[in-house]
Amino acid sequence: MKKIAIVTATAFAMLVLPANAKHKDRGVKDELTKTECGACHMPFQPRFLPAISWTTMMSDLANHFGEDASLDEESRLKIQAYLVENARKKEFKKVKDGVQPLRITEIRWFVREHRGEVSKRAMEKAGTMSNCAACHSGAERGQYDDD
Amino acid sequence: MKSLTSTICTVLLIVFTSPGFAGPQQDAVVNYYKELAKREFSASRGEAFFRAKQTGGKPATPSCTTCHTSSPMNTGKTRVNKPIAPMALSKTPDRFSDLKKVEKWFGRNCRSVLGRECTALEKGDFLTFMISQ
Repeated sequence: MKKIAIVTATAFAMLVLPANAKHKDRGVKDELTKTECGACHMPFQPRFLPAISWTTMMSDLANHFGEDASLDEESRLKIQAYLVENARKKEFKKVKDGVQPLRITEIRWFVREHRGEVSKRAMEKAGTMSNCAACHSGAERGQYDDD
Repeated sequence: MKSLTSTICTVLLIVFTSPGFAGPQQDAVVNYYKELAKREFSASRGEAFFRAKQTGGKPATPSCTTCHTSSPMNTGKTRVNKPIAPMALSKTPDRFSDLKKVEKWFGRNCRSVLGRECTALEKGDFLTFMISQ
């Protein structure tokens, strides 16, 4: 009887879990990261960039893509640790001048994926390509499959 | 008992709906700058500072109003279009309650807009203006 229960539970899990995984919250989990990064822009999921991109970015927050995003040292280190720990595992193979990208919007797959996909009107609404949630309503939860 | 309850409710209502009510947290932040500036703050000087066009900072952000709009009552916009809650304390009651946060934003924004740190007097005037709104 116990065996049957286990088999049934396993079968059920196999059927149901993949469906749930699709709607799982894959957004930024760390509260400090969410608050600090999210104060100015959507808190981008760390898996977009490899660790080296995050450490490079976090080492010069006073010049953060033209903005001063300076943080106290304690917060900076905590956020960097979260980003690195959850970063993309592999570095990008084809990169310009051998340097890993810092801008998510300049990653090759990102450019390819959006080519011809964003109408002029959608772009006006979003204002910038880094405003993911303007088109992907689930962006903050890490869901981008709604295009 | 009933009248006591209604009195408390009335007082709370007045306290929390009065425009420009600064609680003890805001007072502590303003007092921190007052001790440094050693001068009285002025809301009208703060307003002039908020509206001034600066030349020492980044060309894209010549004024506080670039992101915060010309009225502290309005919702502003970050450089990537994310909304910024109004600066006016009456609109965003938890503003200016955390010195660390206040210092973080003065640091970033003074360097961007003026190209330098703001003085304690400028910060105090600015806060006094926003708290009065």
